[in-house]
Amino acid sequence: MPSRSVGRSVARKEGRDKVTGAARYIDDLTFPGLLHARTIRSAIPAGEIVDVAFGFDTTGFTLVDYRDIPGPNIVALIDDDQPCLAERLVRHVAEPILLLAHTDREALLAADVRIRYRETAPTYDAVTSSIAFKTIAIDKGQIDEGFREADVIVEGEYRTGHQEQLYIEPNGVIAVPEHGGVTVYGSMQCPYYVHRALKVLLDLPDDRVRIVQTETGGGFGGKEEYPSMIAGHAALVAIKAQRPVKLVYDRVEDMLATTKRHPAVIRHRTGVKRDGRLTAIDIDAVIDGGAYATLSAVVLSRGVIHATGPYRCNHVRIRGRATMTNTPPNGAFRGFGAPQTQFAAEAHMDRIAEALGIDPVRIREINALRPGDTTATGQRLGNDCSALAVLREAVKRTDFKRKWTRYARRKPRAPSSPRASSSPRAPSSRLEREASAERPRGIGLSLFFHGSGFTGAGEVKLASKASLALTERGARILVASTEIGQGTRTMHAQIVAETLGVPYDCVEVNAADTGQVPDSGPTVASRTCMVVGRILQRCAEEMRERLGRSTPREYLRRHGPLVITREYERPADMAWDDNSYRGDAYGTYGWACDVAEIEVDRETWEVKPIAFTTVHEIGKAIHPVLALGQIEGGSAQGLGYALLEEVVMRDGRMANAQLTNYIIPTTLDTPPIDVVILENPYKHGPFGAKGVGEMPIDGPAPAAINALRSAGFDLREIPATPEKIMAAATPRG
Amino acid sequence: MQFTINGRRTRLHVHPMKRLLDVLREDCGLTGTKEGCGEGECGACTILIEGMPVNSCLVPAAHADGARVTTIEGLGGRHPLQRAFVDHGGAQCGICTPGMIMAAVALGRKPTLEQIRVGLAGNLCRCTGYSAIYRSIRQSR
Amino acid sequence: MQSIISTRTLRQPRSVKDALAMLRDEGTLTPMAGCTDLYVALNFGTLKETRFLDLWRLDSLRTIEMRGGVLSIGALATFTDLIQSALVRKRLPMLVAAAREVGGVQIQNRGTIGGNVANASPAGDTLPVLAAADAVVVLQRAGGIRRVPFNSFYTGYRQTVRVPDELIVGFEIPPVRGRQFFRKVGTRAAQAISKVVMAGVLGPASGAGRTARIALGSVAPTVVRVPRTEAALASGAPMDAIQRALIEEIAPIDDLRSTAEYRRRVAANLLAHFVSSASPG
Repeated sequence: MPSRSVGRSVARKEGRDKVTGAARYIDDLTFPGLLHARTIRSAIPAGEIVDVAFGFDTTGFTLVDYRDIPGPNIVALIDDDQPCLAERLVRHVAEPILLLAHTDREALLAADVRIRYRETAPTYDAVTSSIAFKTIAIDKGQIDEGFREADVIVEGEYRTGHQEQLYIEPNGVIAVPEHGGVTVYGSMQCPYYVHRALKVLLDLPDDRVRIVQTETGGGFGGKEEYPSMIAGHAALVAIKAQRPVKLVYDRVEDMLATTKRHPAVIRHRTGVKRDGRLTAIDIDAVIDGGAYATLSAVVLSRGVIHATGPYRCNHVRIRGRATMTNTPPNGAFRGFGAPQTQFAAEAHMDRIAEALGIDPVRIREINALRPGDTTATGQRLGNDCSALAVLREAVKRTDFKRKWTRYARRKPRAPSSPRASSSPRAPSSRLEREASAERPRGIGLSLFFHGSGFTGAGEVKLASKASLALTERGARILVASTEIGQGTRTMHAQIVAETLGVPYDCVEVNAADTGQVPDSGPTVASRTCMVVGRILQRCAEEMRERLGRSTPREYLRRHGPLVITREYERPADMAWDDNSYRGDAYGTYGWACDVAEIEVDRETWEVKPIAFTTVHEIGKAIHPVLALGQIEGGSAQGLGYALLEEVVMRDGRMANAQLTNYIIPTTLDTPPIDVVILENPYKHGPFGAKGVGEMPIDGPAPAAINALRSAGFDLREIPATPEKIMAAATPRG
Repeated sequence: MQFTINGRRTRLHVHPMKRLLDVLREDCGLTGTKEGCGEGECGACTILIEGMPVNSCLVPAAHADGARVTTIEGLGGRHPLQRAFVDHGGAQCGICTPGMIMAAVALGRKPTLEQIRVGLAGNLCRCTGYSAIYRSIRQSR
Repeated sequence: MQSIISTRTLRQPRSVKDALAMLRDEGTLTPMAGCTDLYVALNFGTLKETRFLDLWRLDSLRTIEMRGGVLSIGALATFTDLIQSALVRKRLPMLVAAAREVGGVQIQNRGTIGGNVANASPAGDTLPVLAAADAVVVLQRAGGIRRVPFNSFYTGYRQTVRVPDELIVGFEIPPVRGRQFFRKVGTRAAQAISKVVMAGVLGPASGAGRTARIALGSVAPTVVRVPRTEAALASGAPMDAIQRALIEEIAPIDDLRSTAEYRRRVAANLLAHFVSSASPG
């Protein structure tokens, strides 16, 4: 009897291994004859290498530099501008220059490499940088017309900082030379990205490079493209030494050298009618790409497409650019541009509401996208648009309007009157006592959306494949999608089990090994369920038909092996023009609304999140506990982004590259997260599912900033640290 | 040097200052305990010494000499917490899980939510936002 | 792990007497207790020392007891020991408050009060408590014992009066009369290095004002008492004058974690709160 598994919280496939310590992450593995490798990196942000000298006896060491690269010296990705090992020019601190390897880790540590440089003037300001990796323009209607229609124009500038993904397992790989090529095991999200990069770097054919994902301790985008770099390094050493090579970063190196979220500066100029309707949205967004392009073009793309927020407006103009600075290249991090631009959009929305004297709920109700409306790129939304539903549910559930009104009435007095506890020049101790007894509270909300899958024609270009092999008991899933904590194996198995009509336990999931599975595309962009899951579902539909009335065992006995492979099929009703940036940017969107309630300590300006509610519409929750896990986890990361996580850059180098000084939320920093999941099916998603992985991180930062505003503190930048809140609270002069 | 690791007397010849984390992972083959930071911040390396949670990345082997050490492997896969973490989403990527479970073991039988939050303040999780971990612990009793 | 271990030596004395003899006879030896600071440096590759003296087993240095009206705390008492000690809870609750905030439970189980003091960081969480309590540091060498007032123990940034063949063996705290206060303002709610940390004892009224002993960390190269602020308090000056005195007595800097301005203003606010409120931290 086939048991229903979709919609149930079945046991995680690899759960037992994870709770017993049996799960094998890359640093748990070893091979006979293993060498350990170490990366020698640039100490300067910009300049050229003048001299490299070895202050140690190099006997027993394997040394690799750019000259050992068989193919082109690049980490193949999009623009192919990033060297695998710097040859002469250096463009950021921690840029890899050469590699050392030895069996003895202490000898490796003691090896003294001396590099002399000729420094040039670095560029640190993304806004004024003259090198743009990518520019994007989005136009809808006639922006000047939109401003003519406006009664009021509201402007604002918003800034977001770097954010470090902080997967608890740092990057690491082991490269094993074999079969005339190399096999690389490692912590990663996208085995086929690594496969492609190594083919190019090592000048090897498809079948001589094999990439195997090991159990991965978190990714969040930080292991989307970076593994191609570290895998390339390990492979170069392994091939030169003809021995297995382990290259695992410690936390400091990982933070110094690997990618982070792009910082952004976003300016809004918005025309609005007195009754609250948006007439013109004009946005200028700059994101800091760091020294090389990596994925900046795509981050920018998603960022600008989401830049208006989930609102309708006839006249829109968006200009975005990703620019170069001499800092370590930034890359993918959950949300991928949308957290930055929606932070700005939602903080700005509250400013618009203020300017008009309308409450934050009303302004959003008036302007939220509805089925039949078109987005900034002209995409007409269908009935799977749930902006109003999530907004109304969140507002009702949190009693938002009453609290917001109450907190608004208790705002601290205007700057002209004495501010008791914020200055030592206060007039009397009684005032001190009163003021310090107060802990101002605020409540804020954010309304946001997130497109699922690759943008525009991206899924067509990926042409992802999935395979399903019949087994005695049921089936075996063969995809390149990776389990990185979000529940890929479990969720894919549920979809197949349900469709095939077999129990969940009868569906196995193959390792993400490029020698065994087809290219299902990367595990990013909230596509693993909606896109790859759908392809698997079609495999299972076909398999079910072929089985007919036979059991799997009977079928195999009668007909022999059966493997069904299917490829991505774009829904017929999707159309996108990459040149004009118009059309259906995504197959569908998830919709969400966050409400954050905070308390500010008047003595220390510390922010305590006291309540957090999020309403998420995700099409269908294939596995309720996994979906909840994505929403709770992403929300916590978003609160860290808003309040705690700051990358301090000094002379192009992360100065706080250790966990003592890069602060992520502990249990005591994270409020209870109240989650409501709504389901409004997407017809092309498996069982109606949309994506859910990224959306949760888009909303908490603006909700927190708006809550701060409600408490009386006007900030337009995150992280909203106590020092910044203090500065915002202090009257000038 | 002699330890009792997961109930088993083990004699090892290691440098007395070698990190206990490395002794466990390399000399004892117990790779369940993980390194996340090397600075005693993340708690992924949490084990129990005489039943008390400590960061094994900060313990010299010499300090475990003669002591009873318990790692995730020592729970035998049968501890109610282990089952609960699987069933209630307490483990996502799993890298913090061994340390988290060991710290949770030390919380005792029926911790309040506040006791759980304080007792796990030294264990960082990047995946769950902690809520599912609380649920797992409370459901396991 | 960024350090070479094989070239380092660990001496493991069986008694305090042994340890002191080694310190006297064997050249430079760096004492090692809970290792919660030392091993961070080891992990980061910044630990220069190569020869170490392991104190961890010296249980006689863990005792917490009353001796003639004075609270005597052994240098090897861990933060957990302090938190669980009925004596400390009763007589020095501000030390319990500090111990609870030192880090997660894993750090509390291993870090020692002696290590916190010997490490000499200006941000050490127990340091303002010992300073405000007018504690005495008990130092011992093979030749004998001496006692140094805690408030004379530090001579500069990470510098103490301890000579190389001495061990900190314990702390003596005379009876504390008055309300005790402890507050740490860190980078987050738990497991944080302090941006400002303050401990204090607010005594009975004295003429126009109140007697007080106030100490701060993370606002100067060492932990500091603030005598001019205390004098202003005792003289019954208005709060803004007392706060001005405080601002002048401390010397916070801008660093990775915070700014001088923030530290000044928070210190002033904490002081006002301390003086006006009843609650210890």
